[in-house]
Amino acid sequence: LELSTHAAANFIRNELARAIRSRGGPHQANSLLGGVDEDGASLYHLDYLGSLEKVDFGAQGYCSYFSLALMDRHWKKNMTLEEGKELINLCIEQLKTRFIINNPRYRLIAVGKDGKI
Amino acid sequence: LASDVMTVQQKLELQTSMYKLQEHRDMKPSVFNNMLSSFLYARRFGPYFVEPLVAGLEGPDNKPFISGQDLLGASVFTDDFVVCGTSEQELFGTCESFFKPNLEPDELFETIAQCMLAAVDRDCLAGWGGVVHILTPEK
Repeated sequence: LELSTHAAANFIRNELARAIRSRGGPHQANSLLGGVDEDGASLYHLDYLGSLEKVDFGAQGYCSYFSLALMDRHWKKNMTLEEGKELINLCIEQLKTRFIINNPRYRLIAVGKDGKI
Repeated sequence: LASDVMTVQQKLELQTSMYKLQEHRDMKPSVFNNMLSSFLYARRFGPYFVEPLVAGLEGPDNKPFISGQDLLGASVFTDDFVVCGTSEQELFGTCESFFKPNLEPDELFETIAQCMLAAVDRDCLAGWGGVVHILTPEK
């Protein structure tokens, strides 16, 4: 029996939520969890305090201020891999222009039902 | 806190499911309200940061029941309306003006929608969208 993305996301959320009131404090990790299972592909946005939301697209950190705006505008349902890559490139272009920290190299990893594409 | 909202929801679902299995009937909204109150006060010195509202129909004549609570479980019962959120103050104003007792479902929907629209227009943190749920005996 495979662990579904939904199950994994909820498990992690419960661990994060347990940690916020623990002696050690919250796990300092904001996450994006993506996976492909029987119900198709899904993406989950997790917070270090344990909030969970299933999303069509997501971003974490300061880059999210720039990327989410572009994705709100350009994302549509059932995009192809190529269209997805174009959208990511658009975000990267904007970050290179407008973001205060210079990141010369980006790595794009695409994940499909058989793992890394 | 969004995380606490989910945690409280999950723990309450456990309580209501256990109640349903043991008592073979649904929990009444007033009972649920008291359970929630005790549940929140149990964490008096490390509370869940939620501000719950309870709404339901109870009894054989499906009388509406609404109440609001603070994060420690202090509940207030009213027969007109309860509000909470970033636009709480604005909503108090709009609801106080627009509310009338004994509204039909459609009229109630319209009234709630107008209250929410007017309130969020005066709040920079609210207004992305709104959802209205109307509970009726037939569901």
